[in-house]
Amino acid sequence: MEKALKKYLPVFTFPTAIAFLIGFIVPFVMAVYLSFCSFTTVNDAKFVGISNYIQAIKDPVFLHSVGFSAIFTVVTVILINVLAFAVALCLTQKIKGTNLFRTVFFMPNLIGGIVLGYVWQLLFNGILAYFNRTLTFSSIYGFWGLVILLCWQQVGYMMILYIAGLQNIPGDMLEAAQVDGATGAQRLFKIIIPSVRPTIVICTFMSLTNGFKLFDQNLALTAGEPSHGTEMVALNIYNTFYGSTAAYRGVGQAKAVIFAVALALVGILQMRLTAGKEE
Amino acid sequence: MKSKKANYKTVLTVIFSIISVLYVFPIVLVVINSFKKKTSISLRPFALPDGKSFVGLDNYINGIEKVEFLKYFGYSLFITAASVIAILLFCSMCGWYVTRVKNTFTKALKFAAIFSMVVPFQLIMFTLAKTADTLHLNTPVGIVVVYLGFGAGMAIFMFSNFAQSMPLEIEEAANIDGCNPLQMYFRVILPIMKPTYVSVGILEIMWIWNDYLLPYLVLDIKKYKTIPIVIQYLKGGFGSVDMGAIMACIVLAIIPVIVIYVFCQKYIIEGVAAGAVKG
Repeated sequence: MEKALKKYLPVFTFPTAIAFLIGFIVPFVMAVYLSFCSFTTVNDAKFVGISNYIQAIKDPVFLHSVGFSAIFTVVTVILINVLAFAVALCLTQKIKGTNLFRTVFFMPNLIGGIVLGYVWQLLFNGILAYFNRTLTFSSIYGFWGLVILLCWQQVGYMMILYIAGLQNIPGDMLEAAQVDGATGAQRLFKIIIPSVRPTIVICTFMSLTNGFKLFDQNLALTAGEPSHGTEMVALNIYNTFYGSTAAYRGVGQAKAVIFAVALALVGILQMRLTAGKEE
Repeated sequence: MKSKKANYKTVLTVIFSIISVLYVFPIVLVVINSFKKKTSISLRPFALPDGKSFVGLDNYINGIEKVEFLKYFGYSLFITAASVIAILLFCSMCGWYVTRVKNTFTKALKFAAIFSMVVPFQLIMFTLAKTADTLHLNTPVGIVVVYLGFGAGMAIFMFSNFAQSMPLEIEEAANIDGCNPLQMYFRVILPIMKPTYVSVGILEIMWIWNDYLLPYLVLDIKKYKTIPIVIQYLKGGFGSVDMGAIMACIVLAIIPVIVIYVFCQKYIIEGVAAGAVKG
């Protein structure tokens, strides 16, 4: 069979491979190369070594956005996973209305970040109007606004994954523990949590990368206001490319490379930390 | 004992009912405000429309005309449908093939595809837009190639994972019966892969329909826009911001998604859960 298959390599792989070349490989190689160049369009690129990287790590707005994203990600990863896990536990108790609740909590995931940003902007500004403030009054408001927005959106998604994980725990295992007199807390920490460890790994990984990569919601809800105070890494990179001071595209490209490498490292580290405990 | 358990289940149902109402409140708020005069939206978002502020469908008529909403809705629909069909067809063929035939090319392709999943879009956004521009892919048809390329990572990953778990015997039997690989693919393999099609399809639809930055940078936005671009354009401050039109467009953007969700929620939620277990 292998022999017959080999002849069909172009048919099966070329459409995807060619699109992948255009949609990823070529832009990726160019992007990494351009991070060492000074340019405004691709054609005027001049090789400048690592000076873009030096400028990037000296840019206080960029450093602030990295810090903001890091704190934001830590807060949202914890909140989203704790809340999603708690909701999933409740919704696997066979209570009335489970299907409806599940449907409602998942719903925000189907709506895009831009639309959600404006929906919540209306709500937050409506509330803050009673205090004669707006969302862009202080970075703290924007920070918690983004946290609430992202939790609202993603708790439902992670909940679905946790429910799937919880349903895979054999029922007789829990029953046996109950017969043996295990308390609720013992069952939770000794049986339930270890059993859903793979799901915890996936969910923390997904919420971690989602937090770091957040762009649409950031753009729509605060657009980085006040004065870059709520600008996250992805938006900072975008503004370096396309903002009013877009003369430093090389620096933007260098920031993006730093961002990608950092994201990969954090992802690998997280996988090690959460998955490695089994041995 | 039994009544105690029943009690706490009722309490949970009540609590979750309240949370569910709060959960949909932001959406309801936008719907309410879409019927109000534009000046009373920002000032008093929580007030119900009354005789003075109620404008009927004016915001909708205004919004649809102002931004040619229906035209762009059509583009969004076409881009999402065409891209998802392309991804499902070509990436499933490719994902299955790289699992069955192992050579340098297929191994490299699979590795690159998985690698592309962790690369943040900001890294390649500038160079991808340039590449697409050079190749004249800045149209609703052309962007399908870009989505196939950039979306290939996750799709190849999920299809090749599924292919690994498929029994070889069926394929060998089909081969002995005289099927060529393409016939075998469409008659035998495709039907077996159906659940993965549903999972990948749902995840890709959720991504592409709501995607903002990729189409914004790739498309020639003087001619073509998608719904998220229209919303951002309305709000992004070109001239005076018409809150009424924004509310109406947000509602119009959300409603089709929610209608589809209500009818297909079982598949959507199962598809998402299954997708993560494999991923």
